[in-house]
Amino acid sequence: MEFFRIQRDLPFMRYARTTVFLSALLFMAAVAALVVRGLNLNVDFTGGTVIEVQFPVATKPSAIRALLARHHYRHARVENYGTASKVLIRLPTTGANSKVLAVRIERLLTVKRPGATVRSVEYVGPEVGSELADQGGLALLFVALGITAYLTLRFEWRFAVGAIIATIHDVVIVLGVFALFHVSFSLTVLAAVLAVLGYSVNDTVVVFDRIRENFRRMRTGTTAEIIDSAITRTLSRTIMTHILTQIMVLSMLFLGGPVLFGFALAMTVGIVVGTYGSVLVASPIVMWLGLKRDDLVPRKAASADRP
Amino acid sequence: MNQYPWWKNALIGLVIVLGLIYALPNVYGDNPAVEISGSHGATVGAGTLARVKGWLTHAHLPYLRATRTAKGIQVRFARAGVQLRARDLIAQKLGSHDHTALALAPAAPGWLRALGARPMYLGLDLRGGVHFLLKVDMHAALHKALVEDTRALRRALRHAHIRYREARLGKTGALTLRFRNKTQTRLAKRLIAQRFQDLGVASTGANQLRATLTRVAILAKRRYALSQNLTALRRRVNELGVAAPVIQQEGDSRIVVELPGVEDIARAKEILGRTATLEIHMVDDKDSLARALAGDVPPGTRLYYNRHDQPILLYRRVLYSGDDITNASTGVDSQDGQPVVNITLNGRGAAINARVTRHNVGKRMAVVYVEIRSHLKRTSNGVPMRGPDGRRIRITQKIEHVITAPVIREALGGSFQITGIGSIRQARNLALLLRAGALAAPVSIIAERTVGPSLGAANIARGFYATLIGFAAIALFMAVYYRVFGLMAATALAINVVLLVAVLSVLQATLTLPGIAGIALTVGMAIDANVLIFERIREELRNKNTPQAAIATGFDKALGTIVDSNMTTLIAGLALFWLGSGSVRGFAVTLCLGILTSLFSAILVTRAFVNAYYGRRRRLARLAI
Repeated sequence: MEFFRIQRDLPFMRYARTTVFLSALLFMAAVAALVVRGLNLNVDFTGGTVIEVQFPVATKPSAIRALLARHHYRHARVENYGTASKVLIRLPTTGANSKVLAVRIERLLTVKRPGATVRSVEYVGPEVGSELADQGGLALLFVALGITAYLTLRFEWRFAVGAIIATIHDVVIVLGVFALFHVSFSLTVLAAVLAVLGYSVNDTVVVFDRIRENFRRMRTGTTAEIIDSAITRTLSRTIMTHILTQIMVLSMLFLGGPVLFGFALAMTVGIVVGTYGSVLVASPIVMWLGLKRDDLVPRKAASADRP
Repeated sequence: MNQYPWWKNALIGLVIVLGLIYALPNVYGDNPAVEISGSHGATVGAGTLARVKGWLTHAHLPYLRATRTAKGIQVRFARAGVQLRARDLIAQKLGSHDHTALALAPAAPGWLRALGARPMYLGLDLRGGVHFLLKVDMHAALHKALVEDTRALRRALRHAHIRYREARLGKTGALTLRFRNKTQTRLAKRLIAQRFQDLGVASTGANQLRATLTRVAILAKRRYALSQNLTALRRRVNELGVAAPVIQQEGDSRIVVELPGVEDIARAKEILGRTATLEIHMVDDKDSLARALAGDVPPGTRLYYNRHDQPILLYRRVLYSGDDITNASTGVDSQDGQPVVNITLNGRGAAINARVTRHNVGKRMAVVYVEIRSHLKRTSNGVPMRGPDGRRIRITQKIEHVITAPVIREALGGSFQITGIGSIRQARNLALLLRAGALAAPVSIIAERTVGPSLGAANIARGFYATLIGFAAIALFMAVYYRVFGLMAATALAINVVLLVAVLSVLQATLTLPGIAGIALTVGMAIDANVLIFERIREELRNKNTPQAAIATGFDKALGTIVDSNMTTLIAGLALFWLGSGSVRGFAVTLCLGILTSLFSAILVTRAFVNAYYGRRRRLARLAI
């Protein structure tokens, strides 16, 4: 079975302006979402206490919120978690000891709602939270620098620039989706964002590798034609890998439960955007930066290759 | 023509077999167990095993197996709930001379355990338990060091007959010294420079010196405080008898403590955070207590109080402290039935104790309990106060009370009893704290996570099924799309998962839920290498190459691309490992190891399959790809 039997190279670079323009629009939208709505950072970053409570029957978050508000927990945020009978109660950092807080709330809930049990308590002090946010940013920066250095060494600086711009595009769009839908952004999601970064570069490198090979193999043709050929010839692989990885990630999204939901969502969005970005954003940038055959094939080596 | 030499096939086969063996214990998992050992290395009595079995049967607590081991007795249970109840029962029946601890016993058969194969270490989110992030109060550690230096410096100055007017430790961590004249000042400065390498000294006016800890000394003290606290916490956790705890340094002033399966969190917190020690002082019975209470405290003495707030005047000098205690156990006084703590001293402590008690028969000696607690400074309505730098202000509070002040009846040696403690529970806690050693600096809990055991089990099941179903779907898709080659890739992918699990088990890396996600993600990305290879082979076939040549070229050409693309992901994984902590680190570990195993399986294992299937056929017309 074969989905793609493409005889002629598809002229991707002819539409480069359009695809990059679309990407730029999407990128701006993501930035706007991040600025206007902001990331819904969870307790890992903000600090505070999160208590997961299991009720014997389906329970409305609004009822619990009202109950807590009547007992001086006005700043509690309550939402359903996974199933209708489980709720997550978030409280901002207070002076009270988290365990004491959890015990107090458990006592309150079990009196008012018999059968309620606390399943997990999480407390993060304010200094830990802000530090994690810093570390997350630092991790992103280091990954970007490391990858740029590797690509500059193995390929050429234009490829490094193209890959990094495409990757930043992917990561920002993933973050934008989290901001737009106000999905809780945890440490695990940050890990997923970094994995998206790795995946996206991985994808881009496969195309770049083929561009380099084409320059060495094809002695005629413009840069655009050579890039078109590289993308066409790797298209089958790009889409297959995309589908296969997506199968795994979707399986996590639907079956992994609430803890893995954010992780899987970031990966799902990231794989779609990453595939698009590596083909239709990274390559045009490399072309526009003025990549020529001479940049990749030293003259002497090129003539020695000739039969 | 496409054939591996026999040794290469053999090597690949060997790696796969080893992978299977070391991944196997995960199928069996762990049994919750209770371990009984004699205290201080003594062996457990011969009849104990039979008695333990009897108690458990009588209390209707079902156990899987009760056996003698090298350390003592091990009893395995099917569920953690039974294990906890059984432990309480056994501890209560055995009394204080045998030590009981919770443990996880691998359920794998003996031959696997003999090979050193162990199941993966499950993180808290999968097992349930409590996670603490502790911060070591370095400020207090440095202050403590300075107090000791000040004391030593005063002694050295007196010894060298250098008269000082004042030697005062300020709040800012600087020691101010004032002298009568220039000569004395100069001599003191030289003495400090020669004998107190920790202190940097500077003149701050006529006949006045200012000594502070040097940068090197501060670093050394911080490092010491951290390592000392790690050791003490490790011993305390051992005393708690938790199965497979984690006590790790994080950064330069933090410690992570993970206690799987702990239910009594309040007690765990109390034991971890306490910084208690004992100090032994002589009682000043010469001077008037009444005058001291009125404000006229004689030099060299200080007022202390006991638990009932009764005052007592003690000499400031500490004869010896909790650091000199090598063992502490609880017991009952044979005369009045009150709880006592039996103390054993080390050589230094014993020597001092012998000398002091010999010369002071008939006088009183006081045992002072010292505990340092640290908490947030609050306004009257409970809001934490902040300093000018925006940080919350912490107050370190030293709690001291006299436990007992008995009259010395005879010269003592290396062991003695403390009486007058109160309840048995208090006696037990005091003994535990003394045994486990004092913390060099107070710690405070800055983050905490509790995961219920049922949630942990649910997380494992979810992660497992998500991976399994994703894997099955990928295998099916591959088999349909790439036919024989797809089946080979799917098999190689299964081997990849086995190898990854084996490596994680051998390294005893912590498996967390994000770690399971990392395994799943590697499965998705490992297949990329196979897709790259197969697409290349198809391309070569389209270019009218012979099937055998297509296989060889396809694998060769894809290799460079696979290495380049995986290297970039590896860079991301390493950065995550370096900067991340806890569960993110678990994800990074599986991601990085997964890249390595997937390179092996996708390139070598798949190639071995392809070679075995197609390699010998000379007249191969077409490939099932």
